[in-house]
Amino acid sequence: MKKCRILGLFGNFDDAFAAIGDFKNKKVDGITVDDVTFLSPIEHPDIDDVLGPRPSVIPKVTLCGAAFGITFGFLFLASAQSNFLIQPQGGKPVVPLPSNIVLTYEMMILFSVLFTVVAFLITTRLFRKRKSLYSEKVGIDQVAIEFEVDEKYIDPIKGVFKDNHAVEVREEVQS
Amino acid sequence: MQNNEVYKDINEDLKWAQINKDVLKSMENPRKGYWISVAVCLFLISFAVVGEVYQYNVGMGAANLNWPHMWDLYIATFIFWIGMSHAGTLLSAILHIMNADWRKPIYRFAEAMTTFSLMTAGLFPMIHLGRLWNMYWVLPYLTDRGIWPNFRSPLVWDAFAISTYLTSSALFLFIGMIPDLAICRDNARGWRKKLYTALSLGWRGDDRQWRNFRRTYLIMACFLIPLAVSVHSIVSSDFAMSIMPGWAVTSFPPYFVAGALYSGCAAIITLFILLRYYFRWEEYMTIAILEKTAKLTFAIAMVWTYLNLIEFASVWYGHSAADKEVLLAKFFGPYAPFFWGMIFCGSVVPFALAFEKLRRHLPTMMVVSILLNLGMWLERWMIVTPTLSLSYHPIAHDVMWPSWVQWFIVAGSFGWFGLLFLVFVKVFPSVSMYECKEMVLHRRELANKEISPVMANNPGGGAPATGVSSKSPGVEGS
Repeated sequence: MKKCRILGLFGNFDDAFAAIGDFKNKKVDGITVDDVTFLSPIEHPDIDDVLGPRPSVIPKVTLCGAAFGITFGFLFLASAQSNFLIQPQGGKPVVPLPSNIVLTYEMMILFSVLFTVVAFLITTRLFRKRKSLYSEKVGIDQVAIEFEVDEKYIDPIKGVFKDNHAVEVREEVQS
Repeated sequence: MQNNEVYKDINEDLKWAQINKDVLKSMENPRKGYWISVAVCLFLISFAVVGEVYQYNVGMGAANLNWPHMWDLYIATFIFWIGMSHAGTLLSAILHIMNADWRKPIYRFAEAMTTFSLMTAGLFPMIHLGRLWNMYWVLPYLTDRGIWPNFRSPLVWDAFAISTYLTSSALFLFIGMIPDLAICRDNARGWRKKLYTALSLGWRGDDRQWRNFRRTYLIMACFLIPLAVSVHSIVSSDFAMSIMPGWAVTSFPPYFVAGALYSGCAAIITLFILLRYYFRWEEYMTIAILEKTAKLTFAIAMVWTYLNLIEFASVWYGHSAADKEVLLAKFFGPYAPFFWGMIFCGSVVPFALAFEKLRRHLPTMMVVSILLNLGMWLERWMIVTPTLSLSYHPIAHDVMWPSWVQWFIVAGSFGWFGLLFLVFVKVFPSVSMYECKEMVLHRRELANKEISPVMANNPGGGAPATGVSSKSPGVEGS
């Protein structure tokens, strides 16, 4: 069976949410709300209620970044200080904790931010090639629902889109 | 009938397509004043180039920098620009976490201010060193010389903190712009199309992207706030951790942070008015938002004034004769006109912000915001120079005035910052399109709740869709 993409454009959130509600209610057998990709010009405040919880790993990656920053920061400083033997320390500790705490704190923030950004770039799949059904109208004032499904689902999905006042339906058969 | 603009943060009847159109148009078609400002900035930069070339050839003596006055306008202006950078953090991060949605039309340029202020500030330690080519010595890397920087010195902390802040704030600015860059990509041509296509990283606005985008933005905002506080606390440690009279003050870190937020807010007001004029942003940079920014500035001005008084009181009631002498020299000595100028600009002028009529009058606000920033610049100068004139060594008691070289380079820094900022607002959207849409939707929902729940959630602002559909099998959507 050929894989197809279908995209329905809606003039407002209400119609799009109603269409998602139909998919939730199994109006099309074999299609669930988990198959829905929802495209919009903004993140609607109710989107999590409509699509259901979809967890993100970013906070965990940030935590790892913070832990790495603390560990690397302190070890980097301590190892540098331990190897800095040219200047006499004059009785002061070789690894001074007060100043290292300040610098470790900065490193923690730096690595947390860097890890967060890398996690964002990976989880959002930003560097992937853009799918051909993208509509510029999503950047303006319309919302869209997209599916990547077997060919047999295209007509029932189209029916749901039309029932919910889709302003435009686009489909594409993958080669 | 009351004027819409005066009483609303944004007009909730604004169409989403209109927001895109207005913002995209702004990037092509500024008023003449924009180009005049660019010319002024280039002119100021030429001053700095002349000053720096002369200083480079003749030596640091040309700037009148000599013991005990090793730090002067360069370091004072460095602190000023670091302080200015707190504008973006305040408007973007703090107000974002507090859900103050009136920030949405103006936070983008405040974030840009943060990045460019830091880039400007970073020039001053290099200029101050004289030997520009040795600047990289402050960075902690292993060399065959086996020499590491002194990690106990707050000057090295500065290098860590400022580079972390610059990296984080630049990423924060960039990440926040990605959805808007995608809109620019869809509408641009030529070199702009290539630039926006590369920078938007293939953003298409799906739910996965938005969800992760929101989390990333929030997390970065959460990190940026303590980072901003730590940056200016560390800059204050350059002074507070010394034993110089007038500098070893425990209230310096909060005093510096309050001063930074204060100058940042004042600069936001200045640039708000300029951008509103250059790009005809009357629909977005409304008087209501200006009023809120002015009120925030007034509140911070009072905190700064309080911390100033606390500093004077702790010196006055303390037992350090040298500290007291420095304080009295500020009050009555050769630098007194500048000190009282600082008090006037920083503590008296902000009372203009307490009057509604003045807060809504753009020319007055422009003058007030410039005076506030003048006061904040004088504050930094009055921190650095009087102490160096009256240190513990009587042999070092000396009044020094900056030479033309320092003034030229300081003037040039304003040109440099201005030029970076003006290029940014011309090439990138200075008003966040998606955030304005969110704001309009939110305001419209609030308004519609009172009228009819049926009309809510209509993003385009037009009539509900009619159900017209068209089939475009296998056709490129865009």
